[in-house]
Amino acid sequence: MIDELEAMLRPPAREMPAYPPKSILLANGKTMVIRPALIEEVDTLLRIIEPLNWLDRDYYDIVSARLFAELLGWKVTRVRDPYCLVGVVEGELAGIVNGRMFDERHGISYHTLSLMRGLRVGAHLFAAKMEHHIEFLNQEEVWVVAESPIGHRRWMIEYPLDKKFSIQHELGGAPSYVLTRETYFNAKGRLVTGSRPVSDELLATSFPIRKPDLSTLLVQIEDTLEAKL
Amino acid sequence: MRDVAIVGIGSTQFGRAQWSLLKMMCEASHEAIADAGLKLDHRAWEGAAPGKSDGRRIEAVYVANMGAPRNNKMAGIGSALVDRLNLYPAAADAVENGPASGASAVRHGFMAVASGMHDLVLVCGGERMREVNNLEATEFVSYLSHRYAEYIYGVTLPALAGMFTRLYMERYGVTARHLAMVAIKNHANGVLNPRAHLQTEVTMEGILTGPDAENNNPYVAEPLRFFDCCPVSDGASALLLAPAEKAAEFTSTPVRIAGTGQASDRQVIHERPDPTELTAVRLASQQAFSMADRKPADVDIAELHDAFTILEIVESEEAGFLAKGEGHLALERGETQIGGKLPINPSGGLKARGHPVGNTGVSQIVEVARQLRGDAGKYQIKKKKPQTGFALNFGGFGNNVLATVLTRGV
Repeated sequence: MIDELEAMLRPPAREMPAYPPKSILLANGKTMVIRPALIEEVDTLLRIIEPLNWLDRDYYDIVSARLFAELLGWKVTRVRDPYCLVGVVEGELAGIVNGRMFDERHGISYHTLSLMRGLRVGAHLFAAKMEHHIEFLNQEEVWVVAESPIGHRRWMIEYPLDKKFSIQHELGGAPSYVLTRETYFNAKGRLVTGSRPVSDELLATSFPIRKPDLSTLLVQIEDTLEAKL
Repeated sequence: MRDVAIVGIGSTQFGRAQWSLLKMMCEASHEAIADAGLKLDHRAWEGAAPGKSDGRRIEAVYVANMGAPRNNKMAGIGSALVDRLNLYPAAADAVENGPASGASAVRHGFMAVASGMHDLVLVCGGERMREVNNLEATEFVSYLSHRYAEYIYGVTLPALAGMFTRLYMERYGVTARHLAMVAIKNHANGVLNPRAHLQTEVTMEGILTGPDAENNNPYVAEPLRFFDCCPVSDGASALLLAPAEKAAEFTSTPVRIAGTGQASDRQVIHERPDPTELTAVRLASQQAFSMADRKPADVDIAELHDAFTILEIVESEEAGFLAKGEGHLALERGETQIGGKLPINPSGGLKARGHPVGNTGVSQIVEVARQLRGDAGKYQIKKKKPQTGFALNFGGFGNNVLATVLTRGV
């Protein structure tokens, strides 16, 4: 039973089709399963990404901190119509992407965080996010902003996305870009990959989610201040 | 001319440095100096007269770098390193010779010691490329091309390498599979090298034949794909040179610079009689082997300049290890693996160890020395007590090449 005040604080929820899991054979020969994260997994995800909130490198800090808040918002039902996809390699979290439906026709891309670098994990996950909006949520367009140079190159230039400076993306900051259905299907052959269906056996390897070895990412945190001197 | 020995080596972790360029170079230099059993004692050196000393003072410093003035807003970094290390009044020079700056600096240091001008010389290579973004880094490296015949038309190094590769594939039967084999081998070696920039294995299925390979490994400059190209890296390496007869004062594992060669070629590739011939590689290698009184067959380990996978194959031929058009066949036979007949790039090469451009030549020589000393740890080649090593540093697109032959002991 939800009390009256809590009901007022919660956004109304829309029925959203689930993202059907897929698998991608990565450059290192390992298979990444991309599937929806479960709300029961949010605490695990928060614990895994929390150290990255302090990583002043390639904008990990701002992306991780914002993703942290968005996932928390999902857990305590303060975000309207959110979703989160995870990339999992042999049980280890390889990356996270998230977003939400703005309305039936428009989607909002939130963040893409890669924990295993050098394997195009972020590119694969962002592509899965666009696939979700266009093919499964059946939306007309997705609004996207980048908060890092890597993101700008990967999304705005590589797809390429169109400018849509007339709208203000809810992440604030830079003017928004947009992925249209036309852009998506033009880029699909080049940027969207993966196999379906995922066998039960393979899918089972993505549960429970474990923390990957973040040492190569995190080793530089303590050096950051001195490096700037 | 005196024999010259490497008596100390050092290098940083490659990749994306959080340190400044100067601090990276200091780290590598300190490691090389400590490796030679020396302690920096600037109080004792300050006020000393420049030039010859008691043989325990670093008398000259050569610093290799390509992009500091543009990427790091620094010039005169030879003097800056001397200042940071308190090596006054050592003679200080910076050497800029494109991606061949590293081996050029080592050659300058070699000549300084061999000639008797100096006894103890520090050579340090350093590059901090990731201070700028990838597009700017690619653009800055493209300054190597001819300004009016190539650069203004938008030519980049990957583009030149792509055209070169296409021609080579058509003429000699090299395939995309062979290129991928170089990447797979060097990535596997990089996993074993704790200082390597890329420490991720890749597989044939993952980058070429599997269902998602096209997406994992897109074309950069056809036929070259993402994993055919070296990363943009930061890193620094250093070595200390001394007269061979004094090497025992510093180390029990000296490595002799037995031969050095350098040759140049036409800058504009389409002006070369045959664009698939890397003439400067051949001439520089011949000169180095001749000076060392060694043959390519004597070499136990080689570090080649695989900025693009095709280059490892072609350089292995032009340097004399294999006949023209047979580099890819040796690869198929596994001869260039870490446990093979001629291990090539056991450190991971530029492909996985990384390619901080101005530093690369120094790091190659450091890595060969490490192998000859038997100090390479997990990526130590399998041959027992390797005697002869070879490093090839490739400037421009083969218009300025340096080859160095190293031997174990003095």
